[in-house]
Amino acid sequence: MALANKETTNVVQRRGTLAARKARLPLVSLVLGGLAFVAIMTAIPMAFLYAQTDVVQGPAQRIFYFHVPIASVGMFAFVVMAFTSIMYLWKRDERWDWAARASAEIGTVFITLTLITGSIWGRTTWGTWWSWDPKLTASLVLWFMYISYLMVRSYMGRTSASANAGAVIAIIGVFDVPIIYEAVNLWRGLHPAAQVGVPGALPSDVVLTLMVALAGFALLYSFLMLQLYQFQKLQTFAQRLRATVEYDM
Amino acid sequence: MIDASNVKLSGIGSRTEGAEVVDDLYMSIVALKKSYGLKPILRGIDLSVGQGERVALLGANGTGKTTLLRVLACLTRPSAGALTLQGFDIVREARVVRRLVGLVAHQPYLYEELTALENLLFFGHMYCVEHALAKATQLIRRVGLEKRMHERISTFSRGQAQRLAWARALLHSPSLLLLDEAETGLDQEGYALIDVLLQEHTARGGTTLFTTHQLERALSIGTRVVLLHKGKIAYQQHTAALPIEELRQRYRQVVAE
Amino acid sequence: MSANRVFFEQVWAILAKDVRYELRSKQTWTSMGMFALLVLVIFNFAFDLRVENKAAVAPGALWVAFIFASLLGLGRTIAAEREQGSMDRLLLCPVDRKAIYLAKLLGNLLFISVVEVVALPVYAALFDVPLLTGKLVPIVVLGTFGITIIGTLFATLAAATRARELLLPILVFPLIVPVVIAAVRATEALLVPTANEPPWLGLIIAFDLIFLSVSTLTFQYVIEE
Repeated sequence: MALANKETTNVVQRRGTLAARKARLPLVSLVLGGLAFVAIMTAIPMAFLYAQTDVVQGPAQRIFYFHVPIASVGMFAFVVMAFTSIMYLWKRDERWDWAARASAEIGTVFITLTLITGSIWGRTTWGTWWSWDPKLTASLVLWFMYISYLMVRSYMGRTSASANAGAVIAIIGVFDVPIIYEAVNLWRGLHPAAQVGVPGALPSDVVLTLMVALAGFALLYSFLMLQLYQFQKLQTFAQRLRATVEYDM
Repeated sequence: MIDASNVKLSGIGSRTEGAEVVDDLYMSIVALKKSYGLKPILRGIDLSVGQGERVALLGANGTGKTTLLRVLACLTRPSAGALTLQGFDIVREARVVRRLVGLVAHQPYLYEELTALENLLFFGHMYCVEHALAKATQLIRRVGLEKRMHERISTFSRGQAQRLAWARALLHSPSLLLLDEAETGLDQEGYALIDVLLQEHTARGGTTLFTTHQLERALSIGTRVVLLHKGKIAYQQHTAALPIEELRQRYRQVVAE
Repeated sequence: MSANRVFFEQVWAILAKDVRYELRSKQTWTSMGMFALLVLVIFNFAFDLRVENKAAVAPGALWVAFIFASLLGLGRTIAAEREQGSMDRLLLCPVDRKAIYLAKLLGNLLFISVVEVVALPVYAALFDVPLLTGKLVPIVVLGTFGITIIGTLFATLAAATRARELLLPILVFPLIVPVVIAAVRATEALLVPTANEPPWLGLIIAFDLIFLSVSTLTFQYVIEE
């Protein structure tokens, strides 16, 4: 008959002391962070020295080894954000919301870097700081979505209404991005312009460098996710502690 | 028809003579908590109400009386706890519960630019009321607003709007009536009217939860008083053998903490 | 009564109530209409249209006017419900939240359509473009539908915040990019038909279908407390 509602707060009481939980995380994140560092440190000299110089674009093309992984992570972060948001709406467990916020913050930074690196690359290749290329345009819209997500979450504070609102934005956004990409693709199809990307089969050293860089940034993303998730958790608990004192629980 | 005096009592430990033992609680609240953002309002309410009871909610401002009624009316979700009404879970089966509940608050919850009749017909649609037109006109007459049936609420006085709010709440014959300072703006006649409406509601087997600041009123209308303080129930007692002085004393005691 | 019949009856009841409300208060329609016309006029001044570039600018001008007028109107219809403090009047009722969404969507659509019907002849006159053909109708209808689907959902979301008039465009613009691109291009294609025109209308239809479903399902999370 009466089904007790799972409390959406007080994760601590349900899962033992905070200290006990803390022990696991630092090791995992340390490992991930270390690996990420190693991979990226490897990728940098590989990108500049090991990989061959592109015949068409020259040395400037090397930015590709950073731009592509960063862009991939930026988009992946959005998908993660949407997935964790759906899980939050379904399970009503705030930990999913922490993950969503963490991914949003990381994604925003990565997409910003995507736009910057993409813009720089475009400048060196086509001579303009911006072009309405489908990928860049989709990244720009994605950037706006990330920013609007963060704005709404910031305005609405740490309430369940805020989490709901963010979840809806993420879900609508994740369905929209492919459609936006397609629309811009169809649009730009009328105005052929140089595409960002290396057409044709890629030589093996290029592929290898790209893989290393991709692995490095993927590891970096995982490391940051753990850190930011923990940060969200601590922020929530800190606010609750403050509320306890303030409202004389 | 259930007479209020031999109402079923349940779940509060004491039983008056001749009371029946109840298998199913009409309404059961267990460990109810509600916070708005980080601010906790209800900090653990346990309450059982039997059918036909009239429970008076007392307490200083801000102790959570309105919030409790809002949760019961399914206007807002609880942060934690279990609530059932007639066996229906208030969170999972909110739609069913909404159908069973009627709320009269100090806001009339009416549409200003619609007429009295249009308002009631709209809510009739929302609550799937059968023979809505007949019931609506009957209720409008009952609350003494027959002459203003086809006039917009924006032209109504505060008291008239409040009367119509009562009509709105009773239109779908709710089994639980929630009254949050529902007599605001009413004149003497209005007071008398709602007392009668309340009696009729109980006579039909309905249950009531009402807030009031007047201890006398709590004792005269209510079958039980529940005193809220800082989001918890500080004191509750049946009104049958409760003298007003004792209640006053308790009230002062609790509020002074 | 079957559940479906109840559902649609409730949608209709809420819609009728909103239309009646708007007819009596007359707040939203008039300001939306004036706004749309003003945008069109300003475009005329801003771009100093000559015969050659009209075809390039005119479709854009039309859709900018529609989008901005829509955003203005969307904010208003939700705000009207929240006046006197309550969506509660509606939330109190045992009505499916999806029904509330559909009713609000249809209501907004109706208001914006009225504005568009008035604005289009004015537009044709100001810009002197042969656009008033039957082929324009599906583009305008479907495009507006897409904008309103997203707009209704986010107007309700933004209404809970204080900076709602600012937040609504920020939320809506990025999301309606496909509709804007497709609608403007499709309108342009009416003026300057080209071979191998991409399936703009198809894109809008896909957009509308996908987001009608997603928005209907997620609306309940935006409206409940």
